[in-house]
Amino acid sequence: MTTPTPTTGGSATALRRVVLYATLVALALIFLMPLVWMVITSLKTYTAAQQIPPSWLPNPIAGYGYEQILNNSANPVLRWFLNSMLAATLHSLLVLVTASMAAYALARLKFRGRGVSFALIVGTLFIPPTSLIIPNFLIVDQLNWIDTLTVVIVPGAASAFGVFFLRQFFLSLPNELEEAATLDGANQWQIFFRVVLPLSKPALATLAVLSFLTNWNDFLWPIFVLFSPEQLTLPPGLGLLQGSYVTDYPVIMAGAVLASLPVLILFVLAQRHIIQGVSRSGLKG
Amino acid sequence: MADVIEVGAARGDAPPPAAKAARRGASAGRTGRATPYLFLAPYLVLFGVFGLLPIILGLWLSVHQWDFQLPNRPFVGLDNYKELFSSDSAVYGDWWESVRATAIFTVLSVPLLVVVPLGLALLLNRSFPGRTFFRAIYFAPYVLGVAVIGLLWRFLLDANLGLVNRIAGAVGLPSDTPWVTNMPWAWISLVGVTVWWTSGFNAVIYLAGLQDISPELYEAARMDGANAWQRFRNVTLPGLRPVLLFVITTTVLASANMFGQSFLITQGAPGTETRTVVWFIVETGLRNNNAGKAAAMSIMFALMLAVVSLANFRLFRYKED
Repeated sequence: MTTPTPTTGGSATALRRVVLYATLVALALIFLMPLVWMVITSLKTYTAAQQIPPSWLPNPIAGYGYEQILNNSANPVLRWFLNSMLAATLHSLLVLVTASMAAYALARLKFRGRGVSFALIVGTLFIPPTSLIIPNFLIVDQLNWIDTLTVVIVPGAASAFGVFFLRQFFLSLPNELEEAATLDGANQWQIFFRVVLPLSKPALATLAVLSFLTNWNDFLWPIFVLFSPEQLTLPPGLGLLQGSYVTDYPVIMAGAVLASLPVLILFVLAQRHIIQGVSRSGLKG
Repeated sequence: MADVIEVGAARGDAPPPAAKAARRGASAGRTGRATPYLFLAPYLVLFGVFGLLPIILGLWLSVHQWDFQLPNRPFVGLDNYKELFSSDSAVYGDWWESVRATAIFTVLSVPLLVVVPLGLALLLNRSFPGRTFFRAIYFAPYVLGVAVIGLLWRFLLDANLGLVNRIAGAVGLPSDTPWVTNMPWAWISLVGVTVWWTSGFNAVIYLAGLQDISPELYEAARMDGANAWQRFRNVTLPGLRPVLLFVITTTVLASANMFGQSFLITQGAPGTETRTVVWFIVETGLRNNNAGKAAAMSIMFALMLAVVSLANFRLFRYKED
């Protein structure tokens, strides 16, 4: 788009290309190197990881780190993995269902109190969620949700982001489709399920992926509301793992790899949705 | 996007006559008056219990001496707030130390988190093969959670076994820097890790903003003989102003809410110098069971953030007029 026009001749352009790619590759190394090192270390033996200077490649490639985290009753990492999977999946489903219904009402239906509800919901976007942690802890305590998976699935779905995000998208859909459906005798539920939702697949996918990521990565809330080793999700679990293995880095890095893989795979598969979701959230300002 | 909002709002307020007639004729009978509320209900239940109730409960807690382990939770008026300002109270020193830590981190990290991603975005905002690939790589660290990047960098920054000191040694720099235990290294580490972790996020937001700037503006500037710097100064920056305001405001909030990095990487060290406000609040409320005091701190913290955000907004909106 803003590529400089090659007025200065071929060699200058070629030189520019070289400089551009050299910069891009150097930056890529900075961003990727730590992740590569995490994988390399996870494949070393304990002794190899203690070597100074460290070897660049694990020799021999050792399953030690992974064996430790998979056969460890004090740190049931596999269980944490499944808990995280279940929590993030159910959380993003809950967000999709509740946010899409609410956003539809706010974007497309007329009713008394619409302005007030929308203002209230958007207003909470300006309250830092961290400042509500203490009262929210009291609430989930009263509900007897502490140390159950429910506590990391449900409360986060109150976030206004999903409603706001989908409402914007619904507003951008053309009115004519609904009008046609109305003339055909469809009611609001049918319009929602058969017209609006199918048209909104990209936005719904974006929201689902973002909600999954947020929930999978959440750290501050789960470390205070989950306690029993078998109830933990991965983020608080990794903290426990570090507590028991201290400087046994192959084991700790194996845990970190396990916690990174699903989101990295999701990122590779749904890159477009994630990037679009992020850039759209930036344009709301 | 602003256009979308306006079009939508106009639509909502005054539907075209045809739609009005259609709705009255065809759907009014089929769709009850309760329908909109039924659509809204599931979310409103969640929102009420975990969005609104905590605000009220937080205010209520902050005027009580509320200990999880004690049966009596007497009303204490504004005492919890006053303690934050009276130097002879037990929390005074730790509270202001955490405010100081948060302020230091915010002041050090925000300029870098605003400028570095802008550089990345400008680099990526041209057409060349592999553009999407590099964008994805720069964004990749952001999809990882703070638990992962915390453990990873605690290891990378380890004074003896860490890769950072090994590389520093290999290129002739000191190889024994105490990255996570001493000042000023602890702040440098926390800021550096945060820049590495989240720059891709802001870069993607900038990229979207850059693509909204009309190429004709650049063309016109070039015709007028503007050099690269002048084009950046007079076309790119003014075009990015709304995006810049958004990035600065959200980045200030994100930095002020920092918790995981110092909790995991420096673990507050040295001493409790890198313990942030959010950390001190949850420690007071949930580790030491002082929910009343912690609630008062949360409200003070929210007010401080509101003031900072408003100041931001004023500063940048003002320039626009």
